[in-house]
Amino acid sequence: MTQVLARLLGRLPIGWLQLTHNRGRLVSALAGVAFANVLVFMQLGFLGALIESIRLPYAMMEADILVQAADANTLQDGSPLPRQRMLQALATPGVASASAVYYGRLDWKQPDGTIRTLDVLGIDPRERVLRAPEVEAAREALMISGTALIDRGTRNVPPALFDGIEAGMPYTIEANNRRVTIVDTFRVGGGFGADGYLLVSDQTFLKIFRSRQAGAPNLVLLRAAPGEDPAALTARLRERIAAPDVAVRTVPEAVARDQRFQTTQRPVGVVFGFGIVIGALVGIIIVYQILATDVADHLREYATFKAIGYRQGFFLGIVLEEAVILGLLGFLPGLMATLGLYALVTQATGLPLAMPLLRPLTVLAGTIALCALSGAVATRRLARADPAELF
Amino acid sequence: MSAPAISVRGLDHAFGQDEARRQVLFGLDLDIAAGELVVLLGASGSGKTTLLTLLGCLREVQAGSVRVLGQELNGATEATRIAVRRRLGFIFQAHNLHESLTARQNVLMGLEVHGRVLRAAEAAAHVLSLLGLGDRLDYLPAKLSGGQKQRVAVARALVGNPDIVFADEPTAALDRDSGRVVVELLRGLGRARGTTTLMVTHDTRILELADRILRMEDGRILAG
Ligand SMILES: Nc1ncnc2c1ncn2[C@@H]1O[C@H](COP(=O)(O)OP(=O)(O)O)[C@@H](O)[C@H]1O
Ligand SMILES: [Mg+2]
Repeated sequence: MTQVLARLLGRLPIGWLQLTHNRGRLVSALAGVAFANVLVFMQLGFLGALIESIRLPYAMMEADILVQAADANTLQDGSPLPRQRMLQALATPGVASASAVYYGRLDWKQPDGTIRTLDVLGIDPRERVLRAPEVEAAREALMISGTALIDRGTRNVPPALFDGIEAGMPYTIEANNRRVTIVDTFRVGGGFGADGYLLVSDQTFLKIFRSRQAGAPNLVLLRAAPGEDPAALTARLRERIAAPDVAVRTVPEAVARDQRFQTTQRPVGVVFGFGIVIGALVGIIIVYQILATDVADHLREYATFKAIGYRQGFFLGIVLEEAVILGLLGFLPGLMATLGLYALVTQATGLPLAMPLLRPLTVLAGTIALCALSGAVATRRLARADPAELF
Repeated sequence: MSAPAISVRGLDHAFGQDEARRQVLFGLDLDIAAGELVVLLGASGSGKTTLLTLLGCLREVQAGSVRVLGQELNGATEATRIAVRRRLGFIFQAHNLHESLTARQNVLMGLEVHGRVLRAAEAAAHVLSLLGLGDRLDYLPAKLSGGQKQRVAVARALVGNPDIVFADEPTAALDRDSGRVVVELLRGLGRARGTTTLMVTHDTRILELADRILRMEDGRILAG
């Protein structure tokens, strides 16, 4: 290693030799860098999971364009739409078909008294509204009033319950004083809002949510006629339905807007962003402390090197060498620990924590840049190395 | 005789400002020829170390003229002083070795200051062998005795073939025999390469080897 670095640097790798000479300090420095890395990775993981869990339900919808209430920021909020809007949309040339989707949130009381919240989607089971094959297969069953499908990814529900349902043993729950029988499962994956999803027919939906009115859904899914450009069609629809109470967006637009809203306006998203900054700060402070102490401990040696004729750049080089080594060596255990934690959190919460290829590279680059910054600041102490005091 | 390696005229030096100002060197005049081995004697506090740091370009010259290797140091920039320092060798009272570097690596530091040097490792090993440390090349300072460490420091000062060597009571940490070995080596370098040595020491056995002995008292050089 010393040989390799000597080749690379064109000089003795003093930073490396200094770091490896004091094993105890090296290990605690690496632990510190790894810890900061884990902090940042976890926040990025949660942020990524939030963004992904927002996308998942949109991705299920058999739609090119969404019509939502103007006051809706996510799938889960916003006023119901007047029925007219769907008719106006259908009358627009280029729209092949439309489906209404009702949304409501339900408290599902468990046998032990605890409560799971479910995002309830009401659809017309005669139409293909959701893309999932499990849903396609269960449309017939949903036509019977009072039946439902449940999201297999629903948090904190014993898997045996899902296994039983899939094995043909329907499970009846009480929903706002109505009995609803869960006859099968489908899969979305839990998000940061509710624990899971429940899928029912529009008729069943209106029985569960008695204050909601037929013909006033939360969402209208539009499918463009073959060869129709969704963006152009969206522009036409906006002209056609020029009402202040609606917003027409292509699905990707709606996803992006929802993600932007939840990551910047909602506490969860803001907290994760803040956590990344905190993690980076922790890393900077740890590395600064280590490097500043290291400089202070070697002032005499550095003063000697100054007397010999080495310039400021040489010392900056040593400290930066140390910073980069700490960044690189601390990153690996940090990444390993993170992968373990991601798996653990995914298992425990059902949140889709994944490690996209680019994230480790970004974090590594950031780690090295911040280590170098800490190192550059730490070299300020070098001014105290005065070769005149050596004799 | 060529131009002197060191030439000093009317050198004053003071520490502190205003009230606290205390002058420690008074109108020094001094010439040392290339290749000379000069020993500087004087009671503690007489200003020997201060003179050495000024000649060694480690302190700014306040008043008077100091020419080292032909370069005027009064008013010289830091860059100029560093450039001159690279042609000097320093042997301090303490060895000042880097604890994380082996004997050979410490010596290499005296060579790498000149940039990439061909066969640097061999050159370092050669100087260490001359000082009787051929079998200690890859030892860390912690594994060396006090005398051995001081000899590594000497090797570090000599490996870059300096034109002038400054030594401030280096023999304090050297055992008797190796102290003599070091000074004989310096004298040999003076004869062979014209290396100049200015050394502060009280070791009587070394005084015999000096070309010239200077005495300082209260910041002045006594005629002698
Ligand atoms: N950095 C300094 N600041 C203030 N006074 C100093 C400093 N260095 C040396 N002195 C003073 O200068 C005088 C000469 O010291 P020095 O050159 O070290 O003498 P010597 O090496 O002959 O013992 C002493 O009185 C000492 O206290
Ligand atoms: Mg002294």
